[in-house]
Amino acid sequence: MSDPVISISGLRKSYGEVEAVRGIDLEVRRGEVFAFLGPNGAGKTTTVEILEGYRKRSGGEVTVLGEDPERAGRGWRERIGIVLQSCRLDPYLTVRESIALYAGYYRAPRPIEETIAHVGLESKADARVGSLSGGQCRRVDVGMALIGDPDLLFLDEPTTGFDPSARRQAWETIAGLRELGKTVLLTTHYMDEAQRLADRVAVIAKGEIVARGTPESLGNRESRPARIVYREAGREVSLETTTPVRTLNELTGKALAEGRELEGLEVVRPSLEDVYLELTEQR
Amino acid sequence: MSLVWHQFRYDQKVFWRNPASVFFTVAFPVILLLIFATVFGDQTVDVRGGIETTTYYVPAIITLAVISATMQSLAMSLVIAREDGRLKRGRGTPMPSWVFIAGRIGNSIVVALMMLALIAAIGRLLYGVDIPWDRLPAIVLTLVVGAAAFCCLGIALTAAIPSQDAAAPIVNALLLPLYFLSGVFIPDDQLPSGVIHFADAFPIRHFFEAFFDAYVPGNGAAVSWDNLAVVAVWGAVGLLLAARFFRWTPRAG
Repeated sequence: MSDPVISISGLRKSYGEVEAVRGIDLEVRRGEVFAFLGPNGAGKTTTVEILEGYRKRSGGEVTVLGEDPERAGRGWRERIGIVLQSCRLDPYLTVRESIALYAGYYRAPRPIEETIAHVGLESKADARVGSLSGGQCRRVDVGMALIGDPDLLFLDEPTTGFDPSARRQAWETIAGLRELGKTVLLTTHYMDEAQRLADRVAVIAKGEIVARGTPESLGNRESRPARIVYREAGREVSLETTTPVRTLNELTGKALAEGRELEGLEVVRPSLEDVYLELTEQR
Repeated sequence: MSLVWHQFRYDQKVFWRNPASVFFTVAFPVILLLIFATVFGDQTVDVRGGIETTTYYVPAIITLAVISATMQSLAMSLVIAREDGRLKRGRGTPMPSWVFIAGRIGNSIVVALMMLALIAAIGRLLYGVDIPWDRLPAIVLTLVVGAAAFCCLGIALTAAIPSQDAAAPIVNALLLPLYFLSGVFIPDDQLPSGVIHFADAFPIRHFFEAFFDAYVPGNGAAVSWDNLAVVAVWGAVGLLLAARFFRWTPRAG
């Protein structure tokens, strides 16, 4: 059981001259939600589609649930669930029918009603998919990926283009997958999504992994310099420091002694967003 | 096999709930028959020593309805499903891809048989065109061979259609002129022989002739084996092209 669900080493993929994936190493452990984070065009979808068996790699080793996706057969497909980045479901089927259609494809599907409830669509079970909102549609999609009771789920940008409330609903559904003990590989270009949902994160930019770790530790956020900002004589002053407590003490001590006020005084820690932008832009 | 039945049942649901497919595949041939019968109804067509126009148009419109239910409907619905990502998504499940295709072909053939019954019934009730019950085996055989062949051609055609928007124009640009040139819209006796020779190069003319021979009693055999063979060869070529060029993933993106 300690075998990784996904293990990738030295994965490469080129399209003609262009190298979309340039040597990725990665392990995803059983039961974790792993986020693959990066801007558009970074190679996230290419990597995930190689793992799903849709694309052939140009080099490297890939094992998903103990098999090479390029050669895996029906038995392997029974154990994975896929939500594609953009997929319009059949608008003429109801929610229940869409899920029942997919249930028929698997040897041992989960109960249909329970799965509808799990994605929070009990009240919409008899509604045509064409009448649902984008967020609800994505939940049907997750339900269809879940119906085969897979060990591993791939979610490719599950909330791209959603409004805030639809995103929150989708997040709840994805968080619910953890309760079922599923391993989830999620791709996203939203920092907050990775932070909210993932146990571990890998940041990818231009086909390479530039940082990895828990959302908290990403990019050594703790040890990065903080910024102290304030205004003096109408001018904005900004100091970078790795010892904010001491610097602040000196600064305020001096101001106090001189009877000055430090207007708009603030201590700013780099946000995850900053770290992410820095990681993905400097390349 | 039960998986094919499962797929077929859902394909049927989707077909009958889609207003566009019901209109173009089911209602449109009926409307065409009513128009042709109304406009040309009191004339005769100079084939088989002279038959009523309506006797000519009933098998002609059944021919059109079969091609519409198979080639046209499949090409359009498969391109839409492909570009929406549904074909790709289905490929990610344990369902074998042949099951999916079999479900769709089954759906098309069943709709084609329903159209046979519908147009034949309207022809009998409104225009007194006899339903040749004794030739039913020949009629069904001809129809099923034709339907299967045009299914294969429709699946092959999807490879040449780049987007959802292009589906209807491409399909119509191919089929509409051939309906005219093959005598489906304009009776044989009014078409110059050069036109008929041209149309003979394509499967619609051969399928129409085969179906006409099966439906309208004449001197010849009920099953027009030579025409049917040409249709079957076209279908086989379509099958090979489909196996080689059919794609499951969207063209765009």
